[in-house]
Amino acid sequence: MQAIDRKLLRDFQRLWIQAIAIALVLACGVAILLTSVGMYVALSETRTAYYERNRFADVFSHTIRAPLSLVPEIAQIEGVTGVEPRISGHAILDIPGRTRTAVGRILSFPESSNPTLNVPLLIEGWFPDPTDTNEIMVNAPFAEANGFHPGDSFSANLSGQKRSLTIVGTAQSPEFIYTIGPGAMMPDNEAFGIIWMSERAAAAAFDMTGAFNEVALSLAVGTATEPVIDALDELLEPFGGLGAFDRTTHPTDAFLDAELNQLKGMAAILPPIFFAIAGFLVSMVMSRIIALERSEIGLLKAVGYTNTEICLHYLMLAGLIAVVGVLIGWVAGTLLARTLAWQYAQFFNFPYVIFHVSYWVYAAAGLAGLATTSLGAVQSALKAANLAPAVAMQPPAPPRFKRSVIDRAMTAMRLTQSTIMILRSVLRWPVRSLLTSLGLALAVAAVIASIFINDSLDEIVDLTFYQTNRQDAMLLFAEDVPETVLEDVRNLPGVMQVEGQQFHTAILRNGHRTKRVAIDSRRPGTDLSRVLDDQGEPIDVPPGGILLSRRLANHLGVKDGDQLETEFLSGRRETFELTVIGLVDQHLGLGAYVDLEYLNALFRQAPQISTVNVTLDDSQIDALHTAIKDIPSLTGIIEMNVNRRSFQDTIENNIVVMNTIYIAIAVMITVGVSYNAARIQLSERARELASLRILGFGRGDVSYILIGEMMLIALIAQPIGWLLGAWIARAMTNAFTSDLYAIPLVLKPAVFATGSLVVLGTAFVSVMIVRRRLDRLDLVSVMKTRE
Amino acid sequence: MSEIIFRTEGITKVYDTGEVKVYALAGVDLELFKGELTVLLGPSGSGKSTLLNILGGLDHATEGRVWFDDTELTEMTDRGLTKYRRDHVGFVFQFYNLVPSLTARENVQLVTDVAPDPMPAEEALGLVGLGERMDHFPSEMSGGEQQRVAIARAIAKRPQILLCDEPTGALDSTTGVQVLEVLRDINERFGTTTVVITHNAEIQRMAHRVIFFQDGKISETRVNTERLAPSEIAW
Ligand SMILES: Nc1ncnc2c1ncn2[C@@H]1O[C@H](COP(=O)(O)OP(=O)(O)OP(=O)(O)O)[C@@H](O)[C@H]1O
Ligand SMILES: [Mg+2]
Repeated sequence: MQAIDRKLLRDFQRLWIQAIAIALVLACGVAILLTSVGMYVALSETRTAYYERNRFADVFSHTIRAPLSLVPEIAQIEGVTGVEPRISGHAILDIPGRTRTAVGRILSFPESSNPTLNVPLLIEGWFPDPTDTNEIMVNAPFAEANGFHPGDSFSANLSGQKRSLTIVGTAQSPEFIYTIGPGAMMPDNEAFGIIWMSERAAAAAFDMTGAFNEVALSLAVGTATEPVIDALDELLEPFGGLGAFDRTTHPTDAFLDAELNQLKGMAAILPPIFFAIAGFLVSMVMSRIIALERSEIGLLKAVGYTNTEICLHYLMLAGLIAVVGVLIGWVAGTLLARTLAWQYAQFFNFPYVIFHVSYWVYAAAGLAGLATTSLGAVQSALKAANLAPAVAMQPPAPPRFKRSVIDRAMTAMRLTQSTIMILRSVLRWPVRSLLTSLGLALAVAAVIASIFINDSLDEIVDLTFYQTNRQDAMLLFAEDVPETVLEDVRNLPGVMQVEGQQFHTAILRNGHRTKRVAIDSRRPGTDLSRVLDDQGEPIDVPPGGILLSRRLANHLGVKDGDQLETEFLSGRRETFELTVIGLVDQHLGLGAYVDLEYLNALFRQAPQISTVNVTLDDSQIDALHTAIKDIPSLTGIIEMNVNRRSFQDTIENNIVVMNTIYIAIAVMITVGVSYNAARIQLSERARELASLRILGFGRGDVSYILIGEMMLIALIAQPIGWLLGAWIARAMTNAFTSDLYAIPLVLKPAVFATGSLVVLGTAFVSVMIVRRRLDRLDLVSVMKTRE
Repeated sequence: MSEIIFRTEGITKVYDTGEVKVYALAGVDLELFKGELTVLLGPSGSGKSTLLNILGGLDHATEGRVWFDDTELTEMTDRGLTKYRRDHVGFVFQFYNLVPSLTARENVQLVTDVAPDPMPAEEALGLVGLGERMDHFPSEMSGGEQQRVAIARAIAKRPQILLCDEPTGALDSTTGVQVLEVLRDINERFGTTTVVITHNAEIQRMAHRVIFFQDGKISETRVNTERLAPSEIAW
């Protein structure tokens, strides 16, 4: 090994804490890049493989009831390669040992026992016997949540008949990666299951012999879905077709897409921030090293080292830091990506994960790390190379302090000498002080941008559950029922308040802009399920038109007072021109509201309802559940507090993980920035501080100068960090806003305080660690060494 | 008379510090001869270091010309000067300028790594009497020992010229004499042309030739017919 390389290694050894502090910041960037790209690839490849292996269909449609004789006609549609009709319906389940009702989505399993599309993947047991009407197969997450195994049984309320069903197998399916029960907001695998039963049994249960109400199509590679959807809609129209849709609208796929987009965003935004900070830290440390090693550089030149060799020597020091950072990042990223990919697999109920991060991702992450650190070092390295050897051998001229207005102001303010020293040093290197502040500000912003979501989600929960949907439970009926049912419900055990509500699937059309929505109608003055206006005040939907959420109106391009073509897909499937009678701002959903009486008048019928909202006496809930299991016309009950809890639980779990990660990131950035800044400050000030000690200043006085400067810079960082954090938070709420919901931007002072506390605390600890070196400061040797 | 190795013609060096122009060298014509040991004497600020830096290719003259053998240094690019320093010149500085993170041996290797025909670092350290201290770091050595490492580093490349700027400036007289002995030994053993800057007028008595400096100019050149051994010099 060459002597100059030995010098490199020894320098690195001497600087190792600083080097590691920088390397860790860099490692964060590399790890996040690997993790997000790794998970992105894992998720999208697993999805593709899963879709392909289990022949996930390309186009789907639901109808009221279509004859099986239509199937060959559907198969004739250009580009269609496979048609799979089936029967589907909901049923209330009575699970042994569970008082609360669960809801099952029943699907017919083909007579041939050999589905061609959306093929379930058997996990345990076997497919149900097509000739046995009691054998069923359930989705594996439902079985797992309820502790079911093949051989277990439970009963279901099928067309007014309570039937005992025996599980013979459990399965997973690409259709049910993400399963949400009717009316639920979050998956609840205990309360909602997919049930495959023989075609015969399903046909009998839902009165569908010789008919189907769901159909899935596969298309030849490269076929456009639009024409197929139109053709299918036309064929199904006479049989109550509810509008065909393709994969991108399928809940499973839409959900996975949202997740993939988030990963993409993570990969694009976070790593560059880390790389930039690491580059800045490297440049800060390198410029200090060059200043300290001036005479060594002069010597190297004097004995004949070329400019290139000297430049490379210092670049390699930065390179070593990069190598350490990249290696840590590679290992951490690989482990993290692997762990998270498996968690994903569980969360999405994937039967397997295809996990591989290609070498190019490692190479790209490594190169990016190397490039940014080199970029940070290159200025200093070039400066070293360009030092004139004769000048380098002389001690540097002492830095020039000029008396400025600020100095006069400081004197006038009667600041102590120590305080003046702090202020002067901050002002002498304004760019460096500002960049250091900016680094710390980013850490503050990272905390703010992650924890503000807590409050925003609290706001959503409040709006959704305490302001808008105040009922304790919703009872869902299979078909519309007359309002007299309200009386029957009121007589159920535990029921206190009852209010009816009706939902209709409809297609809203304005020119070429269309949207499929569930129109919500209720009587004026409802107290449980309410529509809120911009100010959060409950309002009644006036008769004579349709009230739209602003997001939906924007989507359709309509204003207050416009006419809107409304095609109802239920009932007599009539189309009306409705007047837009108002717009409301809402965070969740694409709400569309019509007065109950007005709507039924349009339908030329007495008011009907499909849902009953109730408040309950908690002590009688069990009795209620028992009673409900025997009411055949009910397809389900949704308990809002269960909904709320599962919403909060799911979100809270994610948030705790995210907050922890982001706070760790903020701490890492703060340590990297403040430890290095304090070390450099100490190195520049060693002589000055030693002189002060010799003049009789105590340890405390000297420490004050070191700590004071660092904390002053940290304080300057706070307002910048608040602004930056608020700005990122706004950008995030905008980015997360989708068709379905908008996240309200709630920024409470506590969030800013937390960000500041984390960063100021960490900066203080970092500078205190550096401060310990002051105690070991050897006064004699510091004064003796020539700088 | 022996061959000329360095020749300068009217070199000047001007430092422009804004308000005033400092003439560090104000027209120096000089000839140095192969194998000789020359001592440069003169008051502080008279331009000795400046001249030595220009001869050693560390610095550029503002005006005038400098030849080393038949090559003109004043015409060389930075790259050419680097190669010139690497191949022909050995430097010894007043403050040793050792790299603190390298041992004595490694400090010497710093040079032998890049020189075209070096002697082993161990041999160079042996020549300055430090064969036993090769693996010590600079912080573990006395000033005289450090300066001897610096000399070992300068001679390890078998340079044609050895330029020493106040090599004994930071040393007491006993250690100073040891260092001077090493220099004379090298000069005699290898015939290395040696230039030594000093403030110590006594040292001139060991030189072949003495050049006196005053205000950026040579005020006098003297050739010693009789030379003393360093041990005979006392200060
Ligand atoms: N970088 C510089 N900028 C401005 N003036 C300089 C610079 N280097 C040297 N000088 C001036 O040039 C003159 C000659 O300096 P030089 O170092 O050659 O003197 P010297 O004879 O070696 O003195 P000493 O014996 O004190 O080392 C001095 O007046 C000095 O102030
Ligand atoms: Mg000098």
